[in-house]
Amino acid sequence: MKRVYANETYCVGCKLCEIHCAVAHSESKDIIKAYKKEKIKPMPRIVVEDDMPISFALQCRHCEDAPCIKACITGAMQKGEQTGIVTNEENRCVGCWTCILVCPFGAIVRNEQGKKVAAKCDLCAEIEDTPACVKNCPNEALKYEEEGE
Amino acid sequence: MAYVIIGNAAAAISAVESIRKIDTKKPIILISDEPYHTYSRPLISYYLGDKVTEDTMRYRGENFYKKHNVTTYFGKKVVEIICDKKQVRLEDDTFISYDKLLIATGSKPFVPPMKGLTGKENIHTFLKLEDAVELKQKVKKDMRVVIVGAGLIGLKAAEGLHKLCDDITVVELADSVLSTILDRKAADIVQKHITQEGIKFIFNTTISEIEGETKVEKLTLQDGRVIPCDLLVVAIGVRPNVDIAQTAGIDVNRGIVVDDSMQTNIADIYAAGDVTESLDVASDTRRVLALWPNAYRQGEVAGCSMAGGDAIFDSAFAMNAIGFFGLPMITAGLVNVDETQAEQYEVQLVYDEEEKWIKKFIIKQNQLKGFILISKVDRAGIYTSLIKEGIDIRQLDRALTSDAFGLIAFSKELRAEKMLKGGRI
Repeated sequence: MKRVYANETYCVGCKLCEIHCAVAHSESKDIIKAYKKEKIKPMPRIVVEDDMPISFALQCRHCEDAPCIKACITGAMQKGEQTGIVTNEENRCVGCWTCILVCPFGAIVRNEQGKKVAAKCDLCAEIEDTPACVKNCPNEALKYEEEGE
Repeated sequence: MAYVIIGNAAAAISAVESIRKIDTKKPIILISDEPYHTYSRPLISYYLGDKVTEDTMRYRGENFYKKHNVTTYFGKKVVEIICDKKQVRLEDDTFISYDKLLIATGSKPFVPPMKGLTGKENIHTFLKLEDAVELKQKVKKDMRVVIVGAGLIGLKAAEGLHKLCDDITVVELADSVLSTILDRKAADIVQKHITQEGIKFIFNTTISEIEGETKVEKLTLQDGRVIPCDLLVVAIGVRPNVDIAQTAGIDVNRGIVVDDSMQTNIADIYAAGDVTESLDVASDTRRVLALWPNAYRQGEVAGCSMAGGDAIFDSAFAMNAIGFFGLPMITAGLVNVDETQAEQYEVQLVYDEEEKWIKKFIIKQNQLKGFILISKVDRAGIYTSLIKEGIDIRQLDRALTSDAFGLIAFSKELRAEKMLKGGRI
């Protein structure tokens, strides 16, 4: 399956990927409305780690053998049979954070606005062909491709 | 002939999923003494608190059994395993033959003998959905509820009952809450938080006598105190549900003894989940690790082995993600160091009692052996992976206790290997 790969040599640590990820997962999908009007504040599912000069963006690796799916106590965390995308069915998630306990990448974040749910990268599968983080990276530090390409 | 699975929770369901990855044909028969579609046991306190319904507690979709070609016997109890005939017998004397059998019967509540325990209404345990349904029907706003046991189950029961009644007291024999997953300092923070919600605690004692005519009326504690009680929840602990295994001659120590393919000492009989004991690599002892994620992984290995595949259940250690009244905590591995062994370990600790957070790490020979995180639980899985993979923490160039701890602490090579799975950095 296609995944997002980071190239830390090109990453400038601008965190635009976080902003665009948050917007892509907002209700309006509009940057101004999302930040100014929406009750639930836009929340990125991508983490930029930086300690300049090193920086890189990290999101769910959509593991083949995903520990979060095995550990999920409710069955909310699932892998798409066709797509391979790991998604969290938020209405079944109770925010117990067992997925956070087992994700070796630290790629799942807490969303505690309203009902507590685990928030994670879904590769923007429902809205775009290319994930928002990749599309909006100004220095091509994120690539969306098959493994080993 | 068929795969026969006794049980219907994490281990049983993952065994079904695992078998069907290898063998799509041979029938699977799943027997459960509960009358429900598979549901998540840890959610029973959420059910009490009206955060989930019977529908949203389902662990797998409505069509799960059909999709995986599983014949179900719900509300049927297996009373005997007849190893030489490769059959199981149900309570109603139905015999079911197996080719491979999985025992995934989980735990049962441990209720020690107490004076006045029998013949009274309003005494409950809290493990199954049925328990939660009953409690929800019984409990009234003005009842004085006493919960014995300040472990995970007792405190979850307290949280679930909190909105349903005004007076809840937790009685605990130890001197602090959650003694299996927290150290004293962390326990104090959690206890203080729960106390602020109006839950009362009595430590260092337990019940010596339950009094009342037909219903519970009051409790005499071992320290002599008498406390009124209209409803009692016994949440002292759980024990592996090993009865049918024991009578069948299967090796049982603390739990059912299995090899790393989850097979018992008897051919074609496997066991997985809370009913088994496994090697806890953090304490290097064999013990029952009654944990949902552990049960799932064991069931997966058992299913694979039963279907002729190669799988091994390797390292296990205790790990818990749980929260009470909005205060989350994640702990794994070793959480307390015995004073006699203190010099072998290094402890890194940062905390703020007022702000109710703690980060504690226990290290031995440059390897992380366990941690406690209260409130600041983000990215905990990176620490879990350090324990699991036995990574030398001298390779990390950022303190474990740092709020900015992340994959950036790893060497470029380690990060590439760990994070990008074939990607480039």
